[in-house]
Amino acid sequence: MSGVDMNMPILIVDDYKTMLRIIRNLLKQLGFDNVDEATDGAAALQKLRDKNYGLVISDWNMEPMSGLQLLKEVRADGKLASLPFVMITAESKTENVVAAKQAGVTNYIVKPFNAATLKQKLSAVLGNF
Amino acid sequence: MTALAQQNDLRMRLADFGRRHPEIDPRDLVEIVDAIMSTADGDLSSVNLKLYAEIEQLAIYIQRAREEIASLRPDEITDEHLPVAGQELEAVVGATEQATNTIMEQVEAIEGLTGDMPPELAEKVVDAVTQVYEACGFQDITGQRIKKVVGTLTQIEGKVHALLEAFGEDLKRQGEKAPVKPVEAPAEEGAEKHLMNGPQSAEEAISQEDIDALLASFD
Repeated sequence: MSGVDMNMPILIVDDYKTMLRIIRNLLKQLGFDNVDEATDGAAALQKLRDKNYGLVISDWNMEPMSGLQLLKEVRADGKLASLPFVMITAESKTENVVAAKQAGVTNYIVKPFNAATLKQKLSAVLGNF
Repeated sequence: MTALAQQNDLRMRLADFGRRHPEIDPRDLVEIVDAIMSTADGDLSSVNLKLYAEIEQLAIYIQRAREEIASLRPDEITDEHLPVAGQELEAVVGATEQATNTIMEQVEAIEGLTGDMPPELAEKVVDAVTQVYEACGFQDITGQRIKKVVGTLTQIEGKVHALLEAFGEDLKRQGEKAPVKPVEAPAEEGAEKHLMNGPQSAEEAISQEDIDALLASFD
């Protein structure tokens, strides 16, 4: 039996609603049903402060607050600092990965991605499920 | 005109002057010109004359450039072509988003039926559905690429506006002056703006495996 709480609240953040839908559906297939959505970093930060989430999956390229800014805000917030944060983004330059890692990203998935990669990275972050 | 050509021209003019005015000795004329040039020495040196000639050529060149730019109708580029191109691209994004959502809705409906299917069939359907979900991610990638192109068009529009401003009113259609549109800057903090580039080309991008290795190197 998996030690992962499959009912943990997960926040997914992306300014493309289709991508939110794709990630939500893939998470559902993996067994995660308790998923909320936000369309930019600022809205996500508000949700994170209002509710206890077990994981954030965020895009990078959003306005007015990017995923990187959101990550920095999360890491700077005493209550959220240890929250697992996975970046899913089309930004696939080395400097982006380095900047995200230095900001404290837990894992990094480059778009386009597939369900197997998502499962593999979530297992690495949360433990096998 | 070269120095030799100038000398020949001067000789011809003197010869013509001698024919039309035989009563005047051309040598007297040369003396008068020499006297005038000597009094203007310092104000009208050969260097200055050459400089004036260069400036005149430059002025002619600029005037031709203005005429050529005017013939390109930059006002049409900023008022019509670029905005229309941007609108067309945004329409592409809208249409693909709509189509993708329709595909997603239908696939979600198919996935919803798997509970009524035999397990073996349901598994196959879920696998197929998953691949459709993955493929639908194209809309995000193409959308970001098109957004980059629209951003480039906006920048070009701003630069053409600046060109119109620099070259003055005569380049503007019927004297109507379009307001200069500022080039929109992303809202991202300046220090991190260079990190928001959207999807990279295959040559620039690094793979998921490279990213995994890079992340592991921090541990």
